[in-house]
Amino acid sequence: MDAISTEGLTKHYTVGFWRPRPYAALDDLSLRVGTGEVFGFLGPNGAGKTTTLKLLMRLIFPTSGRAEILGRPPGDPDVARRIGYLPEQPYFYDYLTAEELLDYFGSLFGYGAAERRRRTSALLDEVGIGGERRLQLRKFSKGMLQRVGIAQALLNDPEVVFLDEPMSGLDPLGRREIRQLILQLRDRGCTVFFSSHVLADAEALCSRVAILAGGRLVASGALSDIHAFHVHGWELVVSGVGEPVLEQVRARGQALRVTRLADDRFALELPLTVAPERVLAELATHGGRLVSINPLRDTLEDFFVRQIAAAPKGGRMDRAS
Amino acid sequence: MTFRVIGRVAVNVFKESVRDKVLYNLVVFAVLLIAASFLIGQLTAGQDVKIIKDLGLAAISIFGLLIAVFIGIGLVWKEVEKRSIYVILSKPIRRHEFVLGKYAGLVLTLTVNVVVMTAAFYGVLAVMHWKTDPAIRAAWSVSALDPHLLVAVLLILVELMLVTGIALFFSTFSSPFLSAVLTLGLWVIGHFNADLRNFDQVLASKPAIWLARGLYYVLPNFSAFDVKAQAVYGLPVAPGYVAFTSAYGVLYLAFVLGAAVTVFARRDFK
Ligand SMILES: Nc1ncnc2c1ncn2[C@@H]1O[C@H](COP(=O)(O)OP(=O)(O)O)[C@@H](O)[C@H]1O
Ligand SMILES: [Mg+2]
Repeated sequence: MDAISTEGLTKHYTVGFWRPRPYAALDDLSLRVGTGEVFGFLGPNGAGKTTTLKLLMRLIFPTSGRAEILGRPPGDPDVARRIGYLPEQPYFYDYLTAEELLDYFGSLFGYGAAERRRRTSALLDEVGIGGERRLQLRKFSKGMLQRVGIAQALLNDPEVVFLDEPMSGLDPLGRREIRQLILQLRDRGCTVFFSSHVLADAEALCSRVAILAGGRLVASGALSDIHAFHVHGWELVVSGVGEPVLEQVRARGQALRVTRLADDRFALELPLTVAPERVLAELATHGGRLVSINPLRDTLEDFFVRQIAAAPKGGRMDRAS
Repeated sequence: MTFRVIGRVAVNVFKESVRDKVLYNLVVFAVLLIAASFLIGQLTAGQDVKIIKDLGLAAISIFGLLIAVFIGIGLVWKEVEKRSIYVILSKPIRRHEFVLGKYAGLVLTLTVNVVVMTAAFYGVLAVMHWKTDPAIRAAWSVSALDPHLLVAVLLILVELMLVTGIALFFSTFSSPFLSAVLTLGLWVIGHFNADLRNFDQVLASKPAIWLARGLYYVLPNFSAFDVKAQAVYGLPVAPGYVAFTSAYGVLYLAFVLGAAVTVFARRDFK
């Protein structure tokens, strides 16, 4: 059985006051996410990611199409017992403390007082705000609220968690912690469905991704199978060699572009057909040293720009009506 | 429908009103008002305990109304506006349980509040009673500590429960401002409702009379809950009247809450 499946899921909003017309926030989304997968739901802002998650949480009702979580319709309390949800930019009752908030939610799951205390304290420690458990949420920063949000999503040891932009609003350290947490969840056998507009978030974590743009699914599968994201070259950053040597390398076609960086460093863009080791070996004979090497690939943004350029004329409104 | 879940939501609403200190302020205000009425009593040489009874009951009713309306309109609206609703509705709770829990929480808050105000009210009356010369006391037609006042308070509470339900109903689909205007508007109309019944003596056209009649039956008849004057003058209120009026309030409330739950169950939280 799939952890999550949708079929032709569509949500139209009515926009315009004087001349109301439908607007497709999500258009005909069909997806399947297997049990135990870490699934990345990618797309630029406004792609329809939050809309999809809200449909799955039954916070909004679909215009057409269906969705199932663990084989049951969204909104079913039996489903709610087995899932967790972190909304985008979460906000909670600010008159409660972190501890009281989790205790309240725990009571909705029917846990006894001792069980609630145990779960609350373990989770607040796990997300790194154990020290602030008695602080009212109105005093929490955005990053801390995000952590509370994650704690509440995991309160019931869910089988499936839905995270809407879990890394947004976090500093690099916080992002890394979330990544580690998602991997831990995966190791426990939990299905993770998370949305992001940053490709790098997905690369490290996901078994599969779906890419959404303008409310439509434009690609899905393993990231390595999505052709656009293949490595198409290398970027070498070197120091210790002068421009004339590098110019020669370029003239031979071994580098596509040479860019001068600060502190006597140069960036070389190599095509995929040239082995970076060979270029490095040659540069070493001239006293060159490697500073860094990175694979070159399209970013999600490049991908979207190309998708949109390739798309037939006509926006969402035409499709919706 | 589980009462455990509804109860949890209700307790949280109560906690919120306590933490937001709204209630403390209103209780203090009520106490101040009763103290002021006590001063008026002093000015009239302790003669007229009726003025204090009048003021006390009116204060309980008005402060209760303010709490019912101004917290009632924000109960659901605030959760939607601040987006805290997203998380709670993803938990094992049905939408109607959420709405009913919110309602029960405010009624709990109101009840505690009315009880505190009533206790303060009787406290003031008791002081008056003991400080007044027994000779003057003998001239009072009604005792200062007349338990009939409690009947008036009981019906005020039933009325407040209905007002809360109406405020909650409006807030499931309109802005707080509009909800407040509509709820207060209904409250005012509901107190002059009885006049609609007599419109056939004033109006000439048949449709207008029917309309007035229709409105009379559809709009909440808040004046029925007002037995303050009887209570103050120590006139008995028939138990049958109290029972019938309470039943009317509960029935009307059931209808209003049913409507609130229905509207809320279909809403998109975008
Ligand atoms: N309540 C709404 N009314 C009208 N349009 C909306 C509403 N909510 C979202 N949209 C539109 O639907 C599209 C998808 O939004 P959303 O799902 O929030 O995107 P994402 O989460 O991918 O950034 C956007 O173009 C947004 O403007
Ligand atoms: Mg979003």
